[in-house]
Amino acid sequence: MTPLVEMRDIALSFGGVKAIDHVTVDLYPGEVVGLLGHNGAGKSTLIKCLSGAYQMDSGQIFIEGQPVTINNPRDARAHNIETIYQTLALADNLDAASNLFLGRELVSAGGFVDDDRMEAETRRIMARLNPNFRKFNVPVSALSGGQRQSVAIARAVYFNAKILIMDEPTAALGPHETRMVAELIAELKRQGLGIFLISHDIHDVMALCDRVSVMKNGKLVGTERVTDVTEDDILGMIILGKKP
Amino acid sequence: MTDTTSGEIPRKSLTQTLQLDTRLLGMIGAFVVICLVFHVLTGQRFLTPRNIFTLTIQTVSVAIMATGMVFVIVTRHIDLSVGSLLAVCSAVMALVQVWVMPQLLGLGIGHPATAPLAILAGLVVGASIGAFNGWLVGYLTIPAFIVTLGGLLVWRNVAWYLTSGQTLGPLDPNFQLFGGINGTIGVTASWIVGALAVAAALWFMASARRKKAGHGFAVKPLWAEAVMMALVSGLILGFVAILNAYQVPAARLERVFAARGETMPEGYTEGYGLPISVLVLVAVAVAMTVVARRTRFGRYIFATGGNPEAAALSGINTRLLTVKIFALMGALCALSAVVASARAANHANDIGTLDELRVIAAAVIGGTALSGGVGTIYGAILGALIMQSLQSGMAMVGVESPFQNIVVGSVLVFAVLIDIIYRKRSGALK
Repeated sequence: MTPLVEMRDIALSFGGVKAIDHVTVDLYPGEVVGLLGHNGAGKSTLIKCLSGAYQMDSGQIFIEGQPVTINNPRDARAHNIETIYQTLALADNLDAASNLFLGRELVSAGGFVDDDRMEAETRRIMARLNPNFRKFNVPVSALSGGQRQSVAIARAVYFNAKILIMDEPTAALGPHETRMVAELIAELKRQGLGIFLISHDIHDVMALCDRVSVMKNGKLVGTERVTDVTEDDILGMIILGKKP
Repeated sequence: MTDTTSGEIPRKSLTQTLQLDTRLLGMIGAFVVICLVFHVLTGQRFLTPRNIFTLTIQTVSVAIMATGMVFVIVTRHIDLSVGSLLAVCSAVMALVQVWVMPQLLGLGIGHPATAPLAILAGLVVGASIGAFNGWLVGYLTIPAFIVTLGGLLVWRNVAWYLTSGQTLGPLDPNFQLFGGINGTIGVTASWIVGALAVAAALWFMASARRKKAGHGFAVKPLWAEAVMMALVSGLILGFVAILNAYQVPAARLERVFAARGETMPEGYTEGYGLPISVLVLVAVAVAMTVVARRTRFGRYIFATGGNPEAAALSGINTRLLTVKIFALMGALCALSAVVASARAANHANDIGTLDELRVIAAAVIGGTALSGGVGTIYGAILGALIMQSLQSGMAMVGVESPFQNIVVGSVLVFAVLIDIIYRKRSGALK
């Protein structure tokens, strides 16, 4: 089977610092791959090469076996790669619908932004993701952390993503909301999406992921199936950088 | 992902039912108070058709630029060079009118192509300089404050150099029609324009309501819609009525008749009606509001102002966006230059001096937040009107020049303080 995504031999330096040092990871349809590591291990940087926020110095990205070039977030979106950033990347002064469709606004026949249709679509997807969501006509700055998170998730899910990148999706959430994110990940997995999940919570990763790739100091320590290893093994990989 | 405030919505106040912006209401309130106070202080000379007419045409130039300044400030930039840009555009347009067309091309004075070509030249120059500023800011990442502070000096003196510091005039007669009192469309045409504007506004409000209802969204009660429609129609027609009520002086009318070789009938009167410059401002205001609210370009401006990083991650080319915003600002400076120089009937070296401060003040008093992401076109125009009312009101009362500027400056600071307090109260600012 061809992997959905293969990032092969990726390298990126900032000044003299090797942020990513020839790392290779892959992802199959219907699979969740966790990216683990300390702060500064390079996991967010690696994934930003896939989402188009950074451009790698060398290496190749394959989507369904085809080599692709991703120079900016638009290229990534064109390949059905959606990202939920840790910061959520919402424009606080705009409402939920404007954020959901930001950069991909629905327009009327005259080329004007069709706010009513976007709101209707937003209401539809929110009814599925977060049925209690009511604040459609206020800036997202007026929303709670969980509500903001659901807007960010809705944005990623709405456009038929094939590849989903979630950067610390539960970092700012309470236990109830974390459980909802876990259910959503399971649901998207069933639909055949491939998901990269960045986290430094080992419990999360063991519960949600099929495989984990551990990074340390910009290098890949190793990739393991979660069923083959214990939490201690993974801890060893994160802290000591040694394979079990 | 819980929603803690999904409970029953409390009873709505009148302003909420009418969906009126309370901030706008506050500004209108302040404006009305200013007008009434000056009306009393000047012995009922302030709120006369004549003075309202004058106030309106005095406001146009700054108001046009203020609409563009809204976009600049919303994206967290600033443009200090607008007054100087206006001067360059005015200089170029004056050169086309007094030198290029009549002398260089030998087409003589008053050729029908002179005014359109002059305006086109001004718009191209303004948009190009603006785009260049935007490129310095967006692509070379020089702060807009510095780029346009430099531009303030550079372009003012480019204008000086172009004209050798001379006053150029008289400008083309057709061009002068944009100046205000020398170019009004008369009573009948004003009523027609007013009626068309009312029809357009009503149609727009009705279709917006129909669309919302079509999606099953809550719409405001029918009576509220009717009140808003009556209010808008009343405002438009009232404005037309006031400008129509300003009578052309008899001596001037006599001259017009004499020029046509006729004698003026006994008791003949004529109102000025809407000045063309005001129609230009209305067109700019409508166009800029549509851009802000209903186009992707406008949406990206506000998104970038709210969170530049999020906008970039959403695939918005924020650098190119900056170029476009400054280019638009430049083009609006050119349009203001048309109105300002046409009003003076010539290009003078000091045209537009200190306009950058008036324009920024108008946008800021109109509720544009320097922290970005927030601002409205109608607010900026109202801001310009408030500033101009203060200035000319004080002049009419006989306040000495230094005190006029002291008051205007203080009002700017005070207005921003009020705005901060308002936003804190309403929860828009944390």
